[in-house]
Amino acid sequence: MELIQYALDNLGLLLDRTIEHIALVGVAVGLATLTGVPIGIAITKNERLAKAVLYVASIIVTIPSIALFGIMIPILSIIGHGIGYVPAVIAVLLYSQLPIIRNTYTAINNVDPALREAARGIGMSQNQRLRQVEIPLAIPIIMAGVRTAVVLNIGVMAIAAYIGAGGLGTFISRGISQSDPRQLIVGAVAVSLLAIIVDYSLLALQKRLTPRGMERAATTA
Amino acid sequence: MIRLDNLTKVFDTPKGAVTAADHISMEVPAGEICILLGPSGCGKTTTLKMINRIVRPTSGKVFIDGEDTSALDTQELRRNLGYVIQQIGLFPNMTIEENITAVPRLLGWDKDRYKRRARELMDMIALDADAFLKRYPSELSGGQQQRIGVARALAADPPVMLMDEPFGAIDPINRAVIQDEFLKMQQELKKTIMFVSHDIDEAIKMGNRIAIFREGKLVQYSPPDDLLAAPRNAFVESFLGEDRALKRLNLVKVRELASDEIGVVRPEDTLATALERIEGFGYQNAILMINDKRQPVGIIHRSVARTTSGYCRDHFQSVPTVVSLDDDLRKVASLMFAYDMTWMPCVDDEGRVCGQITQRAITHHLGSRYRATQSSGPGDDTGTPTPSAAEE
Repeated sequence: MELIQYALDNLGLLLDRTIEHIALVGVAVGLATLTGVPIGIAITKNERLAKAVLYVASIIVTIPSIALFGIMIPILSIIGHGIGYVPAVIAVLLYSQLPIIRNTYTAINNVDPALREAARGIGMSQNQRLRQVEIPLAIPIIMAGVRTAVVLNIGVMAIAAYIGAGGLGTFISRGISQSDPRQLIVGAVAVSLLAIIVDYSLLALQKRLTPRGMERAATTA
Repeated sequence: MIRLDNLTKVFDTPKGAVTAADHISMEVPAGEICILLGPSGCGKTTTLKMINRIVRPTSGKVFIDGEDTSALDTQELRRNLGYVIQQIGLFPNMTIEENITAVPRLLGWDKDRYKRRARELMDMIALDADAFLKRYPSELSGGQQQRIGVARALAADPPVMLMDEPFGAIDPINRAVIQDEFLKMQQELKKTIMFVSHDIDEAIKMGNRIAIFREGKLVQYSPPDDLLAAPRNAFVESFLGEDRALKRLNLVKVRELASDEIGVVRPEDTLATALERIEGFGYQNAILMINDKRQPVGIIHRSVARTTSGYCRDHFQSVPTVVSLDDDLRKVASLMFAYDMTWMPCVDDEGRVCGQITQRAITHHLGSRYRATQSSGPGDDTGTPTPSAAEE
């Protein structure tokens, strides 16, 4: 009861923090999609490059987020953004690369070779094949990668409160520093709920973006 | 017209260079279907795919209607060659209409024109345009999908079609139907077609010419009847099978062997006349009875004619079966076996009796080519009026 009372009392703040959180993750994963999808497509042309890129992306994900923030402080201080919004977005951008690049790469690579041959055989150029056949068919899997990135990074972004990026993590960090379990738990629950709600919303978006005629494939992705 | 000139493909594999197609030279005249036939790995598919550069030739040239295609841009070349593959390869994200108008859209046709074309194509493949154009490939049966695959290849009305085992994935019953439909379409469209198959029966049914491949080499290139009658070597012979003489039955129509000499009686003739004619024409069992319109109405058995007196109209039995002039010999032979007969009456399109076909005539026809080739020696191709560039 005490928790609900606290949440209701601070509803305005809670909403502000939530919007802040969504904005941070949204901008970061949005940018990550804009970079990750083209990278994922580009590396399908070269297997060795693909291995190297995926390897690097995997290593980035193994760096603990708190350490990554720490590393970025001196580097970004040079341009005056050692803490706050910029390093938080950069961290999430980096963490998002692996699921997005890997899913894009896998999806494009797994397009049925018969379809690729049919597309070549009727005289589509490489670009036309990508735009008209390969990318539409890959969308469910690419979107699954984006969803993974978003859910993963809603958690990571909670830690970014420690470098002053804001978001729902501020409840958690204050709860710890002030030994206030109410703030801590409200923050944690809010982060979890946000992750679940966003995941389902993106699933709905994924279904809308999936070309009709391959809806069966979409429900299993 | 398609002409291949020393077309060669060498694949570099970890085990060394493999020659998949070795100096293939052949020519398919305009409007004909050429079947590339052989066991798997014989180079037939590689040869086909070098024509539209899905496989890049190591050396050699491809001429389409006399034009050297090596000067053409790859995409432009492919848009002018219809291409049908075994896996069909319809784009699942596109509607049927989008699939079959893919090439016209690539060629930049305006919307009215390609929409009209889509309807024409659906008529051609006998599928209802209103019911299917807005649907997706996953909603269609395999046979319907392959018809759409053929329609897509025909969309921009290319003079040449390349077909890679197009009906291989369809169940046997539907396959026969689609083959028939395709042949009917081809009679009007007169495309020049290269068609890969591993099914001899399909090759005999569909092909104006058959090219037999083995280990990257073209072994024999002949019309089906010549191929079956005069296999060039032991490999071709064994590939065609020991029943190859029977396979030729598919290729010959009753019209070619029917004799217009047929003994008949009329209802008003006496049984004595019937017996006389049975003896005279040398029938073993019975003679055909026809009416005024020359339609077959019954048969008079020899035993009845010999032991009974009276008129034919009172002592006939029903006609077991007749064959039409456009039936093939396979059907005739099958009916002869089924009804234990050595001859069959033939009827024309109006159902009038116009002659007979005998077992003797069939065996004589099948045997004459063997005797001819045996006297001139196997491997000699004088009986084959086609350019045959096989190197042995």
